[in-house]
Amino acid sequence: MVPTSWYLVLSAVLFAIGAVGVLVRRNIIVVFMAIELMLNAVNLTFVAFARQLGTIDGQVIVFFVMTVAAAEAAVGLAIIIAAFRNRPTVNADELAVLRW
Amino acid sequence: MGPVTFFLLATALVVSALTVVVHPNPVKSAMALVATLFLLAVEFVFLGAHMIAALQVIVYAGAIMVLFLFVIMLLNLSDEEAEARRRGRALFRIGAWIGGGVLAAELAALFLRVPFPAPAAPPAGYGGAESVATALFVDYALPFELTSILLLIAVIGTVVLAQRRAS
Amino acid sequence: MWADAAIAAVKSLVMLLLALNLTVLLLWVERKGSALIQDRIGANRANIFGGILPFNLGIVNTLIADPIKMFTKEDVIPAGADKLLHFFGPFLAVFPVLVTFAAVPFGDVLVIGGREINLQVAELNVGILYVLAMPGLSVYGVVLGGWATNSRWSLLGAIRGSAQMISYEIAMGLGLIGAILVFGTLDLQAIARAQGATIWGVIPAWGIIYQPLGFLIFLVAGIAETKRVPFDLPEGESELTSGYFTEYSGSKQATYMMSDFAEIVVVSALATTLFFGAWQVPYLARDGFHFPGGFALALPQVVVVVMQVASFVLKVLILCCFQILVRWSLPRYRYDQLMDLGWKTLLPLALANVLITAIVIVLAG
Repeated sequence: MVPTSWYLVLSAVLFAIGAVGVLVRRNIIVVFMAIELMLNAVNLTFVAFARQLGTIDGQVIVFFVMTVAAAEAAVGLAIIIAAFRNRPTVNADELAVLRW
Repeated sequence: MGPVTFFLLATALVVSALTVVVHPNPVKSAMALVATLFLLAVEFVFLGAHMIAALQVIVYAGAIMVLFLFVIMLLNLSDEEAEARRRGRALFRIGAWIGGGVLAAELAALFLRVPFPAPAAPPAGYGGAESVATALFVDYALPFELTSILLLIAVIGTVVLAQRRAS
Repeated sequence: MWADAAIAAVKSLVMLLLALNLTVLLLWVERKGSALIQDRIGANRANIFGGILPFNLGIVNTLIADPIKMFTKEDVIPAGADKLLHFFGPFLAVFPVLVTFAAVPFGDVLVIGGREINLQVAELNVGILYVLAMPGLSVYGVVLGGWATNSRWSLLGAIRGSAQMISYEIAMGLGLIGAILVFGTLDLQAIARAQGATIWGVIPAWGIIYQPLGFLIFLVAGIAETKRVPFDLPEGESELTSGYFTEYSGSKQATYMMSDFAEIVVVSALATTLFFGAWQVPYLARDGFHFPGGFALALPQVVVVVMQVASFVLKVLILCCFQILVRWSLPRYRYDQLMDLGWKTLLPLALANVLITAIVIVLAG
């Protein structure tokens, strides 16, 4: 039986990798994917704690996190597509102004 | 699950997560993220959350990532330019990696310090569809309804944002 | 513990061999069956014992010569193609489909030496979610197949194919919900066992009697998932020159073809499990026949198990042949008609089916 703290350390590492991805990458779709990675690390934390405490609430919260992440991914990608029509780039440095 | 299995799985997870963040090709990043999500679903099964694991594969790895790949293919993205990356941002990138390392180390030290008792054996049907659904519709009925409204808003917003202007 | 591992290995081997053999058999059924339907001879050139039989079964040609040709062809990777993704495309197309078979039960318990072996490779209590999740991963085979080859026709076929697949996944899942409501469980073996009961003592309680509309929706959505005619525009042989797997040759193309047929077998196996009583033979219980008139016939346990497995294979074969029949009888849907069918017809029908089923269940108690 693996101790719960090992799962938490794994999710902390994944979360840190995702955070670095958001800061370092310039392609906003890859930034988006790094955000999804962070959300999944948090999901792992919730499920590990649900197992530790023996309740089901952690898993229900993971259900909600997944749903909200799906909605956010859909809307975010739609925004990227809409922005791409006016200025054909996905580089975060070039999309830095709110006007074209 | 024994420590050996856990370390193998954890290594695979960290390697694929690093691939997502480091690889210049966005399609390969997306496929690495699919692998990460699938491995996380395996972790969920080991933690006894069978329904959440199946939902992870159906929703995350099977639908959201397909959406990502669609957008990457439709926008016909190529590899991120390497020279633009090296221009003057090296200090920031090194700082970001060090900051990430410090964050992971702090969180790891915090979690390893807490004396968790050994978890009790879960009740029968733990993590199955029935127990999750009971909790969802009884205790969390209000967030459930609000989430359905949120999804409706997201669908409407996506269609409005992504449709072509009739011009 | 070693006995458990050995039993699990044997079960996995049996299921894998069943799936793969049915897949390859379907290749022959398709070639010769389509020739029969279209009133022509079909493949008959490679013939070992010429003249022994008055007709040519085409087995040597289809099952021996053709695979040898495909596997010994040169593996051409187009210039500018992404080698790693080109390699993974066929794998991601066929692996999730074959893995789905792990949750499908092919028999009741087999009693050997006092040990009860459940004839199902993976005993999951969320079996239906698993069989919905795995074919969802095969979308990546299509997507990567089109993208990795750096070719415009392939990309067009891949975009069409993946949009079609994710649209019909929804209809497929909703068509199953009616069956889940009727049987009250997500476990496939429990659903198979529940279909051994009889309605009013005479009619076997198979899923199709409770859910005819659900079965139709599931079958149509399943055929659309496998991208077969009438839904095969992503392959579009007369339009896109094989669509998303145009640029594959040799064993990779063979793998894509195999994934096509394996998906047919998966859809048939799932339809059999949920709507046609899985391995149930009418009136056959674990110890023998129990006919409704009161007449009972005792049979040894092994005979019962063999009959049940044979009935499962027979039902899957019949449904596969039905799908092949459909393929060679219907014209192709245009792409917008296809998407309209998925979203505007099947989805509301499936939701209505769930609603009506739920109302009937609540009223009937």
